[in-house]
Amino acid sequence: MVVETGFSSPRTDAFPAGLRVLVVDDDPTWLKILEKMLKKCFYEVTTCCLAREALNLLRQRKDSYDIVISDVNMPDMDGFKLLEHVGLEMDLPVISQFSMANVVCSAFFYSSNSIEPLSHKLRLCNVAVMSVDGETRRVMKGVQHGACDYLLKPIRMKELRNIWQHVFRKKIHEVRDIESMEGIESIHMARSGSELFDDGSFLGGEDTTSGRKRKDADNKRDDKDLGDPSSTKKARVVWTVDLHQKFVKAVNQIGYDKVGPKKILDLMNVPWLTRENVASHLQKYRLYLSRLQKEGDVKNSFMGMKHSDTPPKDSTAGSGLRNSINLTQDNVSNGSFSFPVNHTLAPSVDLKGHEGDRKGITSGPMTELKGPFSIDISGPRKAKSSKISFDHSLGSVDSVVNFASFGPTDTAQYSWNEIPEIQFKQEYEPLQLENGFSQLPLPGLQHHMLPEYLQPAVSVSPGPSITEKEATSSGFEVKSMYDEYRSNHAKHSSQTEAVGESHSLNNQVFKSISTTTSSMKSQDTIPNHLTVSEFSPKNLYEGVGAEDLQLCWPQGDCYATNFGLQGLDCTEHNNPAIVSETPFHLYDHPFDPTEYYASDQGLFA
Amino acid sequence: MDLVQLQRQLVEYRTSLYHEGFLDEQYTQLQELQDENNPDFVVEVVSLFFEDSERLLNELTKALEQQSIDFKRVDAHVHQLKGSSSSIGAQRVQKVCIAFRNYCEEQNVEGCLKCLQQVRHEYSLVKTKLESMFQLEQQILSAGGSIPM
Repeated sequence: MVVETGFSSPRTDAFPAGLRVLVVDDDPTWLKILEKMLKKCFYEVTTCCLAREALNLLRQRKDSYDIVISDVNMPDMDGFKLLEHVGLEMDLPVISQFSMANVVCSAFFYSSNSIEPLSHKLRLCNVAVMSVDGETRRVMKGVQHGACDYLLKPIRMKELRNIWQHVFRKKIHEVRDIESMEGIESIHMARSGSELFDDGSFLGGEDTTSGRKRKDADNKRDDKDLGDPSSTKKARVVWTVDLHQKFVKAVNQIGYDKVGPKKILDLMNVPWLTRENVASHLQKYRLYLSRLQKEGDVKNSFMGMKHSDTPPKDSTAGSGLRNSINLTQDNVSNGSFSFPVNHTLAPSVDLKGHEGDRKGITSGPMTELKGPFSIDISGPRKAKSSKISFDHSLGSVDSVVNFASFGPTDTAQYSWNEIPEIQFKQEYEPLQLENGFSQLPLPGLQHHMLPEYLQPAVSVSPGPSITEKEATSSGFEVKSMYDEYRSNHAKHSSQTEAVGESHSLNNQVFKSISTTTSSMKSQDTIPNHLTVSEFSPKNLYEGVGAEDLQLCWPQGDCYATNFGLQGLDCTEHNNPAIVSETPFHLYDHPFDPTEYYASDQGLFA
Repeated sequence: MDLVQLQRQLVEYRTSLYHEGFLDEQYTQLQELQDENNPDFVVEVVSLFFEDSERLLNELTKALEQQSIDFKRVDAHVHQLKGSSSSIGAQRVQKVCIAFRNYCEEQNVEGCLKCLQQVRHEYSLVKTKLESMFQLEQQILSAGGSIPM
């Protein structure tokens, strides 16, 4: 069957012909265009203009498609919802690729059963999400919901071709991963993972990579890792429909409120499943539910501002982060959501490792970021063009993730910086809420962030003490740190993007809201903290190489980055003008110390 | 007019459309997608665009005629219109949509109405121009010639 064509073909470099693609888009014009483009790539195309119809097709014949490309702006069902469903029901690893342009196409992958013969593993389905806005928020959302890749419309042939290559690589990796998982020592997996990773294919190596990273970064956080930090984590668990059903049954039996990974694990009675696997899946599930629940609110709430949504994780900032981080970690290790996002572990890793491992951490994700997702991550990366060049490499996922992770990381960082609990609390909470944010293993992002963050290069980090002051002094301080971070990142590329992303998002949000504290200057040092106002996109843009980061956060979904901005209404920014202006500029803004830190230099010292 | 003249006329006309911002790079992409398997690809896609746009414009008109305007709905339609205009490279229409969305966000009725008028105008302009161009292309093909790129 289908394994066939592309994968069994010896020409591993060429994108696999015969790849079965399902395209979902309510716009008939785009549908026709995409169909044509995909046919030109020699893929087998099925078009569908309704998300529900697409879901049906996917449910009925899970193995019939290798990749799904879906628009996110659809009338009958939010593209993200579709991702969500696909992700949960079919345990799809999803990659979101946000790109600047008008339409974002995100690809998400999903794999069929985890325990399947090798040939079946090749049949991984990737789903791509498209969006016309290219707003960062949407990107984030996509990532959260598990999109593997984001493409912006207008989509270019080249982009489509690239994606397939990644998909192919991913499959290969997955195959390896699955093999490892099936009883083989996890170290082996890690090893192969790293190999994969080294190959530059982000997709495949994600979980292992993240696991690896986690290991590095996490030495301090072993407590977070349930059990064996390095080995067992690497095993990837694919949450098949059956497995998920068992899980849900167990949860319902125990009672959602009283549920805990251990209890669930016991009830499920699946021998090879570990507590970590369950824990991470539980987190994802919780987020999913809470996300569904506040569907309507999300648009108007800040990303993460909805503290109320936070799952019962402890309210402390740290824990909040931790939880989310753990989740990501777990995800990563488990590979359950085999998102390429796994890289996102970074965030969690960061949290743990930030104390010391930043460097280690960063290295990993960094590379990943450079990859495919030009969207977010590339923002800061000068390499990317204004169109957040999503190279469609899976790497981009990381970048995207970075975004997401940025959130958590920020908080983590803050905690690290000993910033007043209050502020961080806010930060952390949002993280949890962030639907998907924490879900996605954003380790990669985190990693990136941290190093940047920590490096006093731009005198960002030294802030802790100062920030503390500042943090307290000004309610929502624009994240000067972020800015710095961003600028740092800008210099350092990918990282900034992540940071930037969050910033941008924040900024965007803030922009509308803002006021804030113009005392930002001094507050710049405040790590990640809510600084928005001051850095209204305009300001930030000045220095920024602007076009790079055109991630515009879609209206409504303010993801993570603005943790502190509680109550700031993340109004939907459908305003393209705003969108395009903001965030990215923030990221690219070569952080000019003088601008922000001038007076604070002393503080940091 | 002979074939060569027709072809030249077509090229000039098309170039002017790009210069005046009626079409952008995306339109070129569409042309490149056209091949022997789909010799009428561009015309088909553009026709789809026309149909869809007209539907959206009607929806917009209706929505803005309401006593109490549902701006979210209006915005959704404009967003769709923006998306489909971007699909064929109808740049001017797309630009108006962007401004239109801003007004929606501000819930500015007057601004919206103005934009509706503008977008209708731009749409009919690009429609006319594309139709003229297609006619020219048809003439060339009928005369046994090929469409110059």
